[in-house]
Order: sequence, then C-alpha cells, then structure tokens
Amino acid sequence: MGAGIALVANGFRGFARYLGGIVGADAYAKYLEHHKAAGHGEAPLTEREFWRDRTDRQDSNPQGRCC
Amino acid sequence: MAGLPDQGKSQTTAEGGIATDPDLPPPAVDEARLDAEDRKWTPGRIALWAAIALLGGVAWFMLAIVRGETVNAIWFVFASVCTYLIGYRFYSKVIERYITKPDDRRATPAEYKADGKDYVRTDRNVLFGHHFAAIAGAGPLVGPIIAAQMGYLPGTIWIIVGVVLAGAVQDYLVMFFSMRRGGRSLGQMAREELGVIGGTAALIATLLIMVIIVAILALVVVNALGESPWGVFSVGMTIPIALFMGVYLRFLRPGKVMEVSIIGFVLLMAAIIGGGLVAQTEWGATVFHLDKVTIAWGLLIYGFIAAILPVWLLLAPRDYLSTFMKIGVIVMLALAIIVVRPEVAVPAFSEFAGRENGPVLSGALFPFLFVTIACGALSGFHALISSGTTPKLVEKERQTRYIGYGGMLMESFVAIMALVAAISIDRGLYFAMNAPAALTGGTVETAATWVNSLGLSGVNITPGLLSETAANVGEQSIVSRTGGAPTLAVGLAHIMQQFIGGTAMMAFWYHFAIMFEALFILTAVDAGTRVARFMLQDSIGNFVPKFKEASWRPGAWLCTAIMVAAWGAVLLMGVTDPLGGINTLFPLFGIANQLLAAIALAVCLAIVAKRGTFKYLWIVALPLAFAAVVTITASYQKIFSPVPAVGYFANNAAFSKALADGKKEFGTAKTVAAMEAVVRNTAIQGWLSVIFVVLSIIVIATAVLATVKAFRDRAAGRATTDNEDPAVPSRVFAPAGLVPTAAERELAAEWAQLPAEARLERMGH
Repeated sequence: MGAGIALVANGFRGFARYLGGIVGADAYAKYLEHHKAAGHGEAPLTEREFWRDRTDRQDSNPQGRCC
Repeated sequence: MAGLPDQGKSQTTAEGGIATDPDLPPPAVDEARLDAEDRKWTPGRIALWAAIALLGGVAWFMLAIVRGETVNAIWFVFASVCTYLIGYRFYSKVIERYITKPDDRRATPAEYKADGKDYVRTDRNVLFGHHFAAIAGAGPLVGPIIAAQMGYLPGTIWIIVGVVLAGAVQDYLVMFFSMRRGGRSLGQMAREELGVIGGTAALIATLLIMVIIVAILALVVVNALGESPWGVFSVGMTIPIALFMGVYLRFLRPGKVMEVSIIGFVLLMAAIIGGGLVAQTEWGATVFHLDKVTIAWGLLIYGFIAAILPVWLLLAPRDYLSTFMKIGVIVMLALAIIVVRPEVAVPAFSEFAGRENGPVLSGALFPFLFVTIACGALSGFHALISSGTTPKLVEKERQTRYIGYGGMLMESFVAIMALVAAISIDRGLYFAMNAPAALTGGTVETAATWVNSLGLSGVNITPGLLSETAANVGEQSIVSRTGGAPTLAVGLAHIMQQFIGGTAMMAFWYHFAIMFEALFILTAVDAGTRVARFMLQDSIGNFVPKFKEASWRPGAWLCTAIMVAAWGAVLLMGVTDPLGGINTLFPLFGIANQLLAAIALAVCLAIVAKRGTFKYLWIVALPLAFAAVVTITASYQKIFSPVPAVGYFANNAAFSKALADGKKEFGTAKTVAAMEAVVRNTAIQGWLSVIFVVLSIIVIATAVLATVKAFRDRAAGRATTDNEDPAVPSRVFAPAGLVPTAAERELAAEWAQLPAEARLERMGH
C-alpha cells in the first residue's frame, strides 16, 4: 500500500518536473549547473538576479509564439 | 524487409571525420550498430508494424470508403495516429538518412555555445514539449473547422497526408539547418543562402505575413467575444491575473514558476466561473456587453501597451498559463474523444465540396481547402520558431527528427481532434454559427429558415434548437458566431458534457474553450507584435542606425505603433466588413502562412542542393512545389477570378459599378457607406495578395537559381560555399528518440560511469 502511494507520488513529482521543464521553471538550476561546470571565477547570479536578467533579456530578444 | 533503400550510407560516415576525445566514451552510437538496429526486423517488430498498418488501413477504409449514416470519431484517431507512426518511423528516417545526415559526434550549439541562458542542453522529451507548446496555438483549432464546410474527408486527408509529406518535413529541415548554423533565424538563413534580393524579399514577406496572421487571429478573438458578457469578463480577467503573476515572480518569490502557475490556473478557473455569475447580473450584462468594434479597439490598445510593457510583467506570466492550458486542453480533448467516441453525422464530401460559393468559405476545394487548413498540415509560421529558439536548446543532432518532425505530427493531431469536435455538432447548427450575419440575418428564426433553405441532406434545424444551444452554453445568441472558435467551443462542450457534468456544465466547458483559445491568441498577438517590431527596427536601422538600438524607447514605441496600426487596420477592416470578415480574410491568412512555408522550403531547397544532395532533392521540392502551386493558384484566383465571391478585384468592380450606377444597396451591403467599405476592403485585400505573391515568387525564383548554381558548381567540380558553423567535437551523449534503443542504453550507461569532472574538463571558457 505504502509502496503504491510512493509510486504515485513519484510519478506525480516526475510529471511536475517535466511540466516545469517545458515552461522553463528549472532555468536557474541549469544555469548554476553550467556555471559550476564552466569553472567561472566569479560568484553566480543569485536567483532573483538571474530571473530579472532572463526576462529583461527577452525584452530585447523576443521569441515568437505560433498560431 | 528493411524499410529503406541501401545506398548513400558510406557518405554519412565519411562526411563528419571529426576527432572526438579518445579519453571519453564515444559521443555517438557506432554507425554500423545504428544501422543494424534499424534494419533488424524481429518477428515481434514485424507484427507490431503490420498491426499498425492494418489498423490504419481499416480506419482509412471506414472514413473514406464506407458510407453509413454516421462515422465514429475513433476512426479519425486511428487513421491519424497510425499514419503518423508510419510516417515518423519510415519517411522521417529517409529524410534523416539522405538529407539531414545528423552526426552525433558534432556538438550542437547548446554544447559549444553553452552559456547557461540561451544556449542550454535540454532533455529531448522536455524540449519536445517546449517546442510543441511554441508551435501549437489557435491555428489548428480554427482552420479545420472552417474547412469542415466541405465535409470531413478533404480536410482529414490534407491534414494527415500534408503533415507527413510537407509540414513536418519543413519543421524538421528548418530546425536542423538552423541548428547547424548556431541557431540562426530563417531571415538570416534566407539572406545567406539566397543573396540580397531573395533575402530582402523574404524579410519583407515575413513582416507582412506576420501582420496578416496577427490581425486574423485577433479577429477570431473579437468574433468569439462580441456581445458575450461572460467571455469578455473571463478573458479580460486574464490580464490582471497575469500582472499579479508577473509581480509575484519578479518581487515576491522569484523563480517559483510552478507555484505561481498553479495559483494562476486556480484564478483562471475562478474567472471562468465568475464570468457566468457576472453575466447573469444586470450590471454585468450591461458593462461587459460590448460590440465587436469596441472589442477590436480594446484589443488594439491592449496590443500596443502589452508590446511595450516589460516582458516580465505580462508576456512571460501569461505564457506560463498559456502553456499549461495548451497541454491540459489537448490531453482533455484526446481523452474526451477516446472515451465518448462521438458519432459524426457530417458527410465525407458535403454539397459544398464541388462548389465555390460556400457560405463559410468561398472558393473551390482546390486550392482553397489547402490554404484554409494551414496550421496542422503545413504552417510556414513554424519556420520562425524552428529556427532560432529550439535549435539553441537541442542536446544532440539526431534528436531533431523527434523534436522537429515529431512535434509537428503532434500539432497535426490537435488539428484532427479540433475537426472531430467541430463536426460532432449538428450540421444545421454548424452552418447557422459559421455563416456571416449578412446571410443568416442574425436572429434564430431567420438563421433557421436560411439554413433549411440550403437544401442540405439531413439538415432540418429549428429556431428552438438554436436558442436552446445558446442558453446551454450561457450565451445570448450563437447565430453567425464566425471564426471557428465558438464552433469548437460548442463542439467541445457537447463532447465534454457527456464525459463530465452533463448539460449543466456545458456553459462552463464552452467558456473554458473560449478562454484557452483567447489565451493562445493573445500570447501570439503579443509575441507577434514584438517580433515584428524588432524586424521593423532592424530594417529601418539599416538606414537610420539609431533604430537598431533595442533599448531606444522612441524607436521601439514608434515601430510598435506602426506594427499595431498595420494589424489593427486589417482587424477593423475584418470586423466592419459587410461581407462577413472571416470568410473574406481567412483565405488571406492561409495564403500568407503557406507562402511563408514556401519561402522556408525554398531556403531548405537551396541548402540541400549546396550540400550536394541532388538525388533526394524531391523530398524538399515536392512540398515546395505543392505549396507554391496552391498559394499561387489561390492568389491568382483571389486577384483575377471573375466570380465576385472569390476574386477581390471582381468584387471591387461589382461594388464600384453599383456605386457609380447610384444604387443605395448592393448584395449584402445595405447602405452606401457599407458599399464604399467593400470597395475599400477588397482593394486592400487584393493588393495585399498581389504583394505577397510577387515577393514569394521572387524568393522561390532565387532559391531555384541557387539550386541550379549549386548543381552546376558541383558538376564543374567547383567548391560550394557552406554556411554551417565549423564542426566541434561533442563531449556528451544522449539518446535520439522517445525510447532509447539497446545500443543507446549501453552507451548512456558507459557515460553515466564517467566521473563528472572527467566529462566536463576542457569545457571551461
């Protein structure tokens, strides 16, 4: 019984992670990962700075949405 | 038993020749192993594909040959899904093998340009969803419904066959070639491959096409919300909801996208339910009861403000909502159709299939069916998405087949489901809803009389049914609700109420459908205006350099105003058109979209030729030729047809003559002002058709010239220029498709054992 619930919970979490991936909710985590891997000297942007930067860059670099 | 011819194989291996890091496991599955896996036909596999082919064949037989009273909707699902599977497994692999020739030993832009922001390696399944959400919108939900006038079969065949041979091919090729060029846009590729003339024509055509597409999408929203207090309230509420989400993400809890999306979704549902309550009150019915012209002006002002507001405040949060709604709605629609399996009473070919004076869309089946259904079968707009954004996120080259080709198949499936939803409603109701008020007269009595006078087999509608349906969906009237969206909403409500909630829930489902279509369209309008504004700024910037600065406010505002004025003019023209609006403008939308497809395919043709792949050039030439023939024929008829219902200039002449003769009313125009409006509108529409077709012919001609030149160069042994980014060896591995193959699993396991430091060293920059 408990295993069943855990399985459902896991499936649900996986699905939520997938949806989050589609809309780009994991962008900051991926940025941190890249920052670490690239071995930059300076500290990474904070979460707040990162999201600000992200949407502000979209202002000057619009992405189309289709019909 | 192998599904593919044998030759050409050696070229794929010879072409790359990149030295990958010997300390790492190989970044690509061994070619020979890949090939063996592809060609190994185990009995289980043979049985599976035989079953798919058989089921698809039976489904097509039920749709196309059997002529019963009704046909069950499930056959549409089987016919489409089986055809998609076969197209994906066999045809897209032919394209992969002979045209794109992906090489996983090469790094993708997401790897060699990785910056953690724009260029990010993304899991293939996540990217599939992301790409799908970016390409699919209201388009596939509208065109098939309008085309249902001709019966279900022509539209079904075009959607399914068209996507396999044309639409998905375009998306896949554009994505792949853009990826090989570091994620360059279609416009940049056109300029590189076709030269200044072809490139400039492509740019102007793209800009004009975007204006038309945005205007007509906006017209769909206006038609759906006109005189509908419930719709106006709930769709209007999406603006404050999005603003709240934007502020929440910017200041309160940055980065909590899932959290704010759930809050937004709950608020959205509350707005739909609240809309019903508000519309029932007297003040609500008065305040939110707006005529179409007012809504059009509102949308214009909204469009301008939304496009100059920062992205974080309105566009980004609404995009989150729109994406969730998109996925939710599609899953819901598929489940409902599979569970409810509605019977479809529409004939395979209707009385209007052989005529060119249909009330919903005028013109003969060829070419107008093929321009009316653009999204879902072949959509040029996708080329703008497939180049640019998605290619910067692809992890491995071989994944583009799954994401590009597969993503488009998915959109086609949405179009099929929209078609099924629309044709599951009563046929009389369909015509009463989709014919312009000029024909139906606007009231339930006149509409019922008019529909019954059409002499359609099995159609006998009563005014009672029309008012009852309107009451069920919480609207004052559903007569002449053109634009496709309300018909889809009624169809969806009709199916969903059998699934959940019964008649009492119909109004909710109807407004739920209107809400998501409006949400998709508003996002497209916003994003379209922004993209168009940047293109305009860039073009003006060639003469006045100051305009190239994106942050220069006066330039940005001026260009936004120009773009909004352009689509706003077309929108107002459509809203006030005495001839009905949608039926005269929608062909222009389809033609514009297909011409963009022709432009994209022309660019691909030139690229494929320059790569020296002449033998399989037909894979690109076939859809290009079809798109070119269809759109040029449609444009020709729109320009030169002597039938006023079809030709813009014929109509123009007829109305001009009537005015000159001093007539006070003519046809469906009841006043002199209306007659003058028709003269003005038809002239604009006619000249737009002329400009589109001329620009497209220039682009196609330059592409053909580039192709011929490539052929001659190759024959003479001259080197052809290649605009691809230089090959960089890849240091990562990921499987290509939805389900990894045995070889891919083995290789992935090998990579998983590698310590992270070993994999990532030397990646620093």
